[in-house]
Formats: sequence, structure tokens, C-alpha cells
Amino acid sequence: MSFDIDIVVRYGPLLLSGLWTTVYICALASILAVAAGLAAALLYGLPLRFAKLLCRVYIEVMRGTPILILLFILYYGGPSIGLTLEAETVGILGLGFYGGGYFAEIFRAGFQSIPPGQIEAARMLGIPRRMIVARIQIPQMLTLIIPPSTNQVIILTKESALLSIITVAELTKNTTQMVNETFAVVEPYVAVALLYWLIIEGIALAGGALERRFGHAS
Amino acid sequence: MDEKPVVLVEGLHKHFGAAHVLKGIDLAVDSSRVVCVIGPSGSGKSTLLRSMAFLDPYDEGRVFIEGRLLGYRETDGKRVRDSDRNIDSVRSVIGMVFQHYNLWPHKTALGNVTEALRVVRKLGRREAERIGVEMLAKVGVGDKAHDFPARLSGGQQQRTAIARALAMRPHVMYFDEPTSALDPELVGEVLQVMQELAGEGMTMVVVTHEMGFAAHVADEVVFMDGGEVIERGPPDDIFKRPRSGRLREFLDTWRSRTI
Ligand SMILES: Nc1ncnc2c1ncn2[C@@H]1O[C@H](COP(=O)(O)OP(=O)(O)OP(=O)(O)O)[C@@H](O)[C@H]1O
Ligand SMILES: [Mg+2]
Repeated sequence: MSFDIDIVVRYGPLLLSGLWTTVYICALASILAVAAGLAAALLYGLPLRFAKLLCRVYIEVMRGTPILILLFILYYGGPSIGLTLEAETVGILGLGFYGGGYFAEIFRAGFQSIPPGQIEAARMLGIPRRMIVARIQIPQMLTLIIPPSTNQVIILTKESALLSIITVAELTKNTTQMVNETFAVVEPYVAVALLYWLIIEGIALAGGALERRFGHAS
Repeated sequence: MDEKPVVLVEGLHKHFGAAHVLKGIDLAVDSSRVVCVIGPSGSGKSTLLRSMAFLDPYDEGRVFIEGRLLGYRETDGKRVRDSDRNIDSVRSVIGMVFQHYNLWPHKTALGNVTEALRVVRKLGRREAERIGVEMLAKVGVGDKAHDFPARLSGGQQQRTAIARALAMRPHVMYFDEPTSALDPELVGEVLQVMQELAGEGMTMVVVTHEMGFAAHVADEVVFMDGGEVIERGPPDDIFKRPRSGRLREFLDTWRSRTI
């Protein structure tokens, strides 16, 4: 068995374009996931039964449904309720809200780790709620939430391979195209594995850097 | 002189689920007076203080802070919870000190004191830090300004917490067992700061198990048991001439424990 580096070079541009698509879809989806997760965790903290219920349902649905099914529902089911979305948009929304369910739990655990007395002291000083979140709760949660958040972004990135099934021209889809056109198997899959490894290593490094930068809460 | 009490509590009731924790409390705290609340564990002292700050919303009755109703809005007999903004506004004259200090561990002593000055009063860093340093010096921890709470002793942490409350120029200070979490040798330094505050004319409500402090500093002592005020009066009457059996029993238990 020989490794034909020429094929990889020839298909380099296609692979790199897939890489770029994967990176920006995952970046946007991660931002959405963090925002949705934070919103859900904050809503969960409100003294309203309805808000709590809403969050519970959101988290349960996201956790209880395979991501592929969510993507199918959005992509193929969307048009029947007048929601026609580009495949990439479906990818970002699907991965984002799916990841949001997990981020919600990460943030919720983070908020719960702050002793309520600290919040009461802040309220007695008249500090507005959003400032309490931004300046007292979140900075102290960082040590706790950065490692699982890094992990979650890595998982999300690996799940993004499923977007190939709904025709998004990302890394996996372009690799499949390469396989189909060249009949080579080893070269494309080794190349793509290396590229995914690069992305994930990058995320892990960024997470580690964040942890070192913000990880000294007390 | 302003004759209106700084804090006025009328017929306060509070339930936690089925538990009736406050059963009709009345209390008036006039300007520059020190009221100490004593009573056995579970009698509702903390709940009263927290209701007087609306940290625990009360169910019935009223709390007025400098004449303004705290926590609720009343329109033709019905009352609804007030907006956070209004609650903050009525509450802004109250400074509160907790048993467990509740400092923010990710900020230095100075950072703890300046936080509300920056965020609420919107002062610039320099002005906030000037006040912060002044307040820390006032409670005797001026040299600890740049230390994080974890580096401070319990007494220093509590004094920092007092400085944090004082920085907002409160008209009344609430203390909930401010020395109960402290090692015995650190109690004195905190009580001394409180006594100095009282001497400066600060209006204070102090929930405490420090009978010595209550006897020396209080203008009025309120004895609570089972969610009710059983007895109240000047410290001399409360400690030397208790009328009710329950107060006598409480004082006896306390004396036998401290001798
Ligand atoms: N958040 C709460 N939920 C349910 N019950 C509560 C809550 N807070 C207080 N209680 C109950 O209310 C009663 C009064 O409690 P509170 O803390 O006011 O007593 P206390 O006089 O401050 O006691 P201690 O001297 O131990 O601090 C107790 O029976 C307590 O169990
Ligand atoms: Mg208490």
C-alpha cells in the first residue's frame, strides 16, 4: 500500500475550502450555542415557574434528540411550515441550538457554584442584575466553565461532519467528493482526519490559554 | 429634627411554606438609634432583618424606609411587587452586613469596596478608590486594600464588608450576627468598629448573640422568640429586669454557657 501525496495536493484547494466552511460554521454555531445556553441558564434562574419550565423543555429536547434528526427536521421539515433555509444556515442554527442545550447545563452549574450571599450583598448595594451577572457571577464561574465549554465546542465541531448529509460543502462532504472522484480511500480520509485534528487541537489550545488567563477566580 | 423613624415595621408576617416564621412584628428605629435584636436560634431574627431589606419578601404588613414603602406598590387596596428599580431606590439608604461577610473573592478588598461606587454611583476609578481607601482605613484595614479576601482574617474580612457598605453612605446599617462566624479573639475588633459607628450617630439594627455589646451599645433591645417580639426595652430593663419567663430562661441559658 502506498500513500499518493499527489492526490492530496491536487485536491488541496477543495479540502481547504471544506476546512474553511467547517471552521466558520462551527465558530458561528459555537457563539450561538454559548448565547443560547447563557440565555437559558439565566432564564432558569428567574423566580418564575414558567421560565424554568421553558428551559427544562429546551434542554430536554436538545439532549433527547439526535442532532441528525434535528437537522433533518429543520432542513426538510422547515419548508412545510414556510421556513426555507440554506443548508449552511440550517447547520449553524441546528448545531448552535443543539449545543445551547449543553451549554445551558454548564452555565447553570456555574451559576449554582456562586454562594447566594454574594448576590444578596450585591443586591443590597443596588448593583443591577445584569451587572451582577457580568461582574460577579461570570468572572468567578470561568474556572469552572472553561474546561467543559472547550470540550463542548470540540464535540460540536466533530458533530459538524453530519452537515455533509444535508449537502453543506464542509470538510467531510468535500472529502467524500474526493473519494468518489479518485476512488482513493486512504489518502482522503487520512488527510481529513489530520485536518479535523488540527481544528480540534486549535480549540483545545485556545481553551487552555483562556483557562490560564481567567482561571484564577480566587 | 426629622421625627420620622428611619425604619418602620408594621404588623409584619412571613411564611416559609407552612411555617409561620414572623407573626406580626412591629418595630420603629429612630435616627441615630441602635436597636439590638436577640433571641434563640430559629426565632426569626434573620428573617426579620432580611424582610426589612426585602431580601425575603414579607407576606403581610409593611416596611417603611424613611417613609417609603419597601417592596410593594399599593393601588386601591391591592398590592403588587414593586419594580427592581424602585426597590433598589428605597433600599439604597440601607447598608447590610452578613454573618459570612459575603465578600466577592475575585476582587481585592479595595475592589469590593469600590464596585458599587463604580457601577451604581458611576464614579470614576480615581474617586471611587479615594473613597474606598478612606473607608478601609476607617475600619482599620487600610493596609490590606490590595489583598484578596482569602488572604484576610475573618475579622479583616468582616471589617472590609462593613467598609463596603459604608462606602455607599447608608442612613441605616443592618448587621446579621456579624461576629458569629469569627474566632473568639477576632470578635472584639469587629465590635469595636460597630461601637465607633454607633458613636458617630449611625442608625443601626443589630441581630446579635453578643449580649455585652447589646448591653453597652444598644438604645433598645428587642427579644424575639417563636416569630414574635416577646419583650423590648432599654438594655438595663431587658438584662437586669426581664419580665417574661421566656426571656429569663434565654438569659439563664446564655449565662450558663458563657461562664
Ligand atoms: N429560606 C428558608 N426556607 C424555609 N425556612 C426557613 C428559611 N429561612 C428560615 N427558615 C425558618 O424560619 C425560622 C426562622 O429562621 P431565622 O433564620 O430567621 O432564625 P434566627 O432567629 O435568625 O436563627 P439563628 O440565631 O440560628 O440565626 C426557622 O425555623 C428556619 O428554619
Ligand atoms: Mg439568623
